[in-house]
Amino acid sequence: MGKQIYKMTVNGQVKEVMAEPRELLIYVLREKLDLTGPHVGCETSHCGACTVEMNGMSVKSCTVFAAQADGAEITTIEGLGDPDGLHVLQEAFKEHHGLQCGYCTPGMITRAHRLLQENPNPTEVEVRMGIAGNLCRCTGYQNIVKSILAAAAQINAAKEAAE
Amino acid sequence: MNDLTPPTREERSAKLKGLGTSRKRVEDARFTQGKGNYVDDIKLPGMLHGDFVRSPYGHARIKSVNIDAAMALPGVIAVLQAKDLEPLSLHWMPTLAGDKQMVLADGKVLFQGQEVAFVVAEDRYIAADAVELVEVEYEELPVVVDPFKALAPDAPVLREDLEAGADGAHGPRRHHNHIFLWEEGDKAATEQVIDSAEVVAEEMICYQRVHPCPLETCGSVASMDKVNGKLTLYGTFQAPHVVRTVASLLSGIEEHNIRVVSPDIGGGFGNKVGVYPGYVCSIVASIVTGRPVKFIEDRMDNLMTTAFARDYWMKGRISATKDGKITALHAHVTADHGAFDACADPTKFPAGFFHICTGSYDIPVAYCGVDGVYTNKAPGGVAYRCSFRVTEAAYFIERMIEVLAMELNMDAAELRRINFIKKDQFPYHSALGWEYDSGDYHTAWDKALEAVDYAGLRKEQAARVEAFKRGETRKLLGIGLCHFTEIVGAGPVKNCDILGMGMFDSCEIRIHPTGSAIARLGTISQGQGHATTFAQILATEIGIPADSITIEEGDTDTAPYGLGTYGSRSTPVAGAATAMAGRKIRAKAQMIAAYLLEVHDDDVEFDVDRFVVKGAPERFKTMAEIAYASYNQAIPGVEPGLEAVSYYDPPNMTYPFGAYVCVMEIDVDTGTHEVRQFYALDDCGTRINPMVIEGQVHGGLTEALAIAMGQEIAYDEMGNVKTGTLMDFFLPTAVETPHYTTDFTETPSPHHPIGAKGVGESPNVGGVPAFSNAVHDAFRAFGLRQSNMPHDHWRIWKIANDLGLHD
Ligand code: FES
Ligand code: FES
Repeated sequence: MGKQIYKMTVNGQVKEVMAEPRELLIYVLREKLDLTGPHVGCETSHCGACTVEMNGMSVKSCTVFAAQADGAEITTIEGLGDPDGLHVLQEAFKEHHGLQCGYCTPGMITRAHRLLQENPNPTEVEVRMGIAGNLCRCTGYQNIVKSILAAAAQINAAKEAAE
Repeated sequence: MNDLTPPTREERSAKLKGLGTSRKRVEDARFTQGKGNYVDDIKLPGMLHGDFVRSPYGHARIKSVNIDAAMALPGVIAVLQAKDLEPLSLHWMPTLAGDKQMVLADGKVLFQGQEVAFVVAEDRYIAADAVELVEVEYEELPVVVDPFKALAPDAPVLREDLEAGADGAHGPRRHHNHIFLWEEGDKAATEQVIDSAEVVAEEMICYQRVHPCPLETCGSVASMDKVNGKLTLYGTFQAPHVVRTVASLLSGIEEHNIRVVSPDIGGGFGNKVGVYPGYVCSIVASIVTGRPVKFIEDRMDNLMTTAFARDYWMKGRISATKDGKITALHAHVTADHGAFDACADPTKFPAGFFHICTGSYDIPVAYCGVDGVYTNKAPGGVAYRCSFRVTEAAYFIERMIEVLAMELNMDAAELRRINFIKKDQFPYHSALGWEYDSGDYHTAWDKALEAVDYAGLRKEQAARVEAFKRGETRKLLGIGLCHFTEIVGAGPVKNCDILGMGMFDSCEIRIHPTGSAIARLGTISQGQGHATTFAQILATEIGIPADSITIEEGDTDTAPYGLGTYGSRSTPVAGAATAMAGRKIRAKAQMIAAYLLEVHDDDVEFDVDRFVVKGAPERFKTMAEIAYASYNQAIPGVEPGLEAVSYYDPPNMTYPFGAYVCVMEIDVDTGTHEVRQFYALDDCGTRINPMVIEGQVHGGLTEALAIAMGQEIAYDEMGNVKTGTLMDFFLPTAVETPHYTTDFTETPSPHHPIGAKGVGESPNVGGVPAFSNAVHDAFRAFGLRQSNMPHDHWRIWKIANDLGLHD
């Protein structure tokens, strides 16, 4: 399997990577683009630690081939917030103790970010359903759900204030 | 109020963010931005990747291994086999339990997934390809996965390396697959009481094999620098200092030339206490190739080979008077340890602290015996979010209580209440040899029952049973009770060691001239938030704001020696060391303050963040001023600087406890369940950070839910692991996980410097019986006495079916 050049827009920057078509997107991100925020927990689509956004959808990057990501628009946890300021969701996770070991957190927040675009005003049950593809072994989810609901409220309040 | 008003005592105290504050975690800014640094994030120049060829069989002899095709693949650097490790005496390694374990298969394999050869290649894909190219010829041998069958006279011999009839690490072995019999208590007296008792309940209770399965698997990066002779080892280690010592003993590299670093750890729960073949192979491969070598388990490797937990078959007999006063407890356990005895227990306790199995009850006489057995399963036996077999003990006694309540036809909450150790009996000496430090079980129990309206629930349940019998509903209501007593904080060095290393822990503090500080500890956080909470302990002790204290752990070159983080020992042991080191700082600060204030040492006293002259609080020196003076002013008779180190050997363990109630709806026809309410009252002594405690309780309860309701490492008769992926191995999502209500009482530990007891594991210890008892309780009216976990939908359906509820 020869290597090929794939072009993708990652966190707003155009990147070209040399990869075999069979290489997984998570591997390209972590090993070739040094984006080690997304993690590997299973490589079988069960845990969501590798969640990133691809073309406006949450995907588990452990089960997307580099070839499939050619030409795609990708956002990882590194693309949310910036060094000077945390994104509302990142802030909310900190405030409400929505993380412990932090291993699921990048995937969880990236998923929550997409969820709130799909459904800006979710109920607790909708949040729980919406993150069901992301496992956390530490928190028991209660504070994650609380963090996401708090972030949603804050984003909505800011929107209202702006209108 | 103008800016010149001096802050009040309360304001000064609040600024410290010390004990009892829900301080936000300092770790989180990094983690939420994806800037954690876990072992797989480590990249070193020239780094290679290792991967294992693993056995597809549960028991087989290795006839031949051919690595030619693998070596011919471009990018493959080496393929290591046992014979390559043998000259270094590294083809076997000692286990924590006094047994030994193959690093790479030496002539035979004893469990599915066992490491046979280690492939080292330029990248992971090449390594994985090469694994496929290694040809191994096996001759299958008969497999035993049932510990009872393993003890049959004609059972196959698993461990051919052990001399027949020779003693093991824990005394005589009575069969070729027997590891030890470990006993505690008075057997004859216990049997005598039970044989003549008014009421006796007897039951066999299985706590199935499970796995801690942290979201991050285990891994290591070894880097041998041949120029300066230094080995650096990064890895998922819950006990980095122990790993350094073991690595030194095994490799012969002097300990000062080994640096072990635990970077951020993505959850441990006991999985990352042990030393695994992957770590050893990455070290050897780095020595052989002269390049750094990374090994990261995949999820199947993790579930199939490292660190299972439980697998205890517990036979209990409990006796009582007719009115419910317990008179004796007899326990016998058949413990399936897998192919090698690699239990992570203090060395003198091959069954951990299972003899805490008298639980929260005042039982006059008791006996427990544990038989360890070899089978063709993976080694391990770790304390999965518990303190050394305490979870098994708590499940055992809390099930036995329920069975006894049925036998007595008595309410299970009342049966507990009349048998609790009373507040004035502490320190309490249990029949199996423990000294419980403190507790107030009745208060906790009453608070819990009142919070859930226990009497109301029982009425509702009775009405439900009637409605069910009339055919008006197909749902039953279960009320799961649990009152557990944990034993954590191992432990006194006099009886707790791991391979001879006493289980103390340590803290070293340096105060900087401008009044901020760094403290280093021998433990390592895996999500418990040590960087946050240890700073809080110190803030209160030394009067420097927690925000001005850096906490560092996990680098053996800089941190003081400690035994690590597991068994909820960080707070009881390292937390105590932190407080004690802080007190040394304070003692020196007192002398400096007295000198600066020109009074006698005894005439100043500590006040939040300063020393004040007794009776004249307007005359004071803040800790920042004292720190500055300690470095910059010549003080007669006092060395410059402000540093302290403390190695803390706890005088006793601590005994956190709790009262849990789980209310569960069960659908008799589908076997599905819904947790309607879960109330958890924890008493972990002094509470350092309530927010962190609550988070620990949520997490521990969710792991308990997983174990009770669906988790199992199951094997078929051929020794195949049936639950080797997250498809088959149950980890609850946010949807299955209920909402929890937490509560507390606070009974400080009398022997701990700040009275804290540790909490991380309590919810798992107490949660499993609460969930499981809820299932049993739902069917109590129909005669169910015992049904083994996990209570997945099929098994619950089966209970209903066996009880004739589908007819
Ligand atoms: S690593 Fe991708 S879902 Fe688990
Ligand atoms: S915080 Fe550890 S897995 Fe979620």
